Amino acid sequence: MVVGSAINPNNVIYSAGKVELLFFGQLKERLKCSKLSLEIEQPLTISELKLRLVSQYPHWQPWLDERELLAALNQTMSSSDEIVKAGDELAFFPPVTGG
Amino acid sequence: MSIHIQVQTDDFNVGDEHNTLCSNNKSDGAVVTFTGLVREFSSGDNVIALELEHYPGMTEQLLQSIAEQAQTRWQLARICIIHRVGYLALGEQIVFVGVTSRHRQAAFEGAQFIMDYLKNHATFWKKEHFKDSSNWVEFKQSDKQAMGRWES
Repeated sequence: MVVGSAINPNNVIYSAGKVELLFFGQLKERLKCSKLSLEIEQPLTISELKLRLVSQYPHWQPWLDERELLAALNQTMSSSDEIVKAGDELAFFPPVTGG
Repeated sequence: MSIHIQVQTDDFNVGDEHNTLCSNNKSDGAVVTFTGLVREFSSGDNVIALELEHYPGMTEQLLQSIAEQAQTRWQLARICIIHRVGYLALGEQIVFVGVTSRHRQAAFEGAQFIMDYLKNHATFWKKEHFKDSSNWVEFKQSDKQAMGRWES
């Protein structure tokens, strides 16, 4: 949900607001968290958002740094350089094991 | 062409699903179905149950996309994919894939393609329960290799 906006030095208007984070599988269990709303002031890459999470929850670092960890932005598999904006849904999870 | 996708906690009846694939279907000469079951597969301790969780919304979209990809590669008139989630005891059914086609080769290959892609891409996670402990299942490289054959 958009709750405000900020203007950066390049005069691009970014909306501040919340990103809805979801965690699944073993990651969810390790973090002891299945979802979380994170306030962001401007768009961030997925890697930058992970750093934000680690600064807020330092004990999450080993799990969020896991090499095999996958991310889906708005329910589409995404690489770590993709941009997350307010209102987006971002999920982190380990490799899938269905079937 | 039709695609039926279902993620559910309830069990399914293979006979009913098979009948649905066949009913009022005069053009297809082949039906191939696959059913996956909970087995005591882990080394060491015997598995007594599996717990399956998924990413609601994304999973259904991915299964739909896998079925659509299969239909672009083979002439598959009807596709049904059912995947269960929740707590499943040893021997219970986990997954059903059924496809129909004019001829058997497309049906066999299509069903196998769907299972291989499902194992590699669909957002499900499995946890094995043993008598006194539990353990998240690790992704298997053999599943990745199985998918490789469709990438030529």
